[in-house]
Amino acid sequence: MSAVVPLDAEKLRRRALDIAGEVPDPEIPVLSIADLGVLRDARVTADGAVEVDITPTYSGCPAMDMIALQVEAALAAADLPKPKVRTVLSPAWTTDWMSEAGREKLRRYGIAPPTPRAGRRALFGLDEDVPCPRCGSGETQKLSEFGSTACKALWRCTACREPFDYFKCL
Amino acid sequence: MTSITVAETPLLRAVLARADDALVHAHRLSEWVGHAPMLEEDLALGNVALDLLGQARSLYTHAAAIEGLERSEDDLAYLRDAPQFRNLLLLEQPNGDFANTIVRLFLHAAFMLPWWKAAMSSTDATLAAIAAKAEKEAAYHVRHAGEWLIRLGDGTEESHRRSTEALDRLWRFTGEMFAIDAEEEPLIEAGVIPHPAIIRPAWDATVAHVLAEATLARPRDGWMQLGGRRGTHTEALGHLLAVMQHLQRAYPGASW
Ligand SMILES: [Zn+2]
Repeated sequence: MSAVVPLDAEKLRRRALDIAGEVPDPEIPVLSIADLGVLRDARVTADGAVEVDITPTYSGCPAMDMIALQVEAALAAADLPKPKVRTVLSPAWTTDWMSEAGREKLRRYGIAPPTPRAGRRALFGLDEDVPCPRCGSGETQKLSEFGSTACKALWRCTACREPFDYFKCL
Repeated sequence: MTSITVAETPLLRAVLARADDALVHAHRLSEWVGHAPMLEEDLALGNVALDLLGQARSLYTHAAAIEGLERSEDDLAYLRDAPQFRNLLLLEQPNGDFANTIVRLFLHAAFMLPWWKAAMSSTDATLAAIAAKAEKEAAYHVRHAGEWLIRLGDGTEESHRRSTEALDRLWRFTGEMFAIDAEEEPLIEAGVIPHPAIIRPAWDATVAHVLAEATLARPRDGWMQLGGRRGTHTEALGHLLAVMQHLQRAYPGASW
């Protein structure tokens, strides 16, 4: 282990955020947890430990334990002192926290990114307009509100005839 | 493995009640995995179950913190016996056919959406945080179950008949959602949990909208079966717990 460089707390905090931010989402590996908005904050505690806050996308997101483990490992590998991960629920994650870069990465990966603020639509009747991530056509249909993971819905494009995942709005 | 007994304060009981609701309902829905009418529905019911399981985990963790005995969420889920469970009787009812499962999900989700919305301003900060997440998930549950119920009710003669039977079978359990336990009154007073009367108009409106679209008649409010919140359960819960708790009772502390 290399000697710990005496960084001041703010520098240490920023380094922790940079390193943790690079950790990929286990279910959508093209996105980092910073892109997703799952990484919330970091701090250096009174006893000199580095503590990072993450927040779940969905209450039952099974990837959270994996993310916490990977963040701790990444911080430890960078010799940050006593790395610790906290899961925070408040404020509740929303798809509006996903970065612009994250949305573009999703689209290129073949997943339609969430429409900003569409989570607040009416309960019944109205469907969202979701352009096909492959061909860009607006001629798309929802197949199922629930897809391969808690955060995705299943759609299809009637122009290019490909099915695709849509990152659901919360 | 011996059972545990929780010395419940009113707050602890109120949190456990909602945790048990979510866990028991999640377990019922997960029984459909591999058996749903089609693959998309298998995934949908599994995902709804996962949301509810996530809510249950947060609520049990909160309950354990209130109790302050260093018990885990798993201890509370797996080591209490049926009379200690506080869930609504509606949610422990067997799945029955697909219509019965959808009606049960719809009736409860239509209640929980406005409940969570109101609980977002709970004076209990942790409950408010859990509510802010759960409220968004509940909207998906109401929409999913509601759309199915419309399709079933306004579908074939057979699906209409089965939906009607399910409504008639489960309606007697809906009164428990609106009943107030005398112990909960101070909590309502203190703004910890919402008064069920303020949930009623939203529930009535959602039920009226969906049943009208589904061409289904709202059953008459007759005798309402209570007891779940006090630990007096139907036979169904014992069977459910026997399956759900078996592994942890037989192999304490087992993990994947
Ligand atoms: Zn297309």
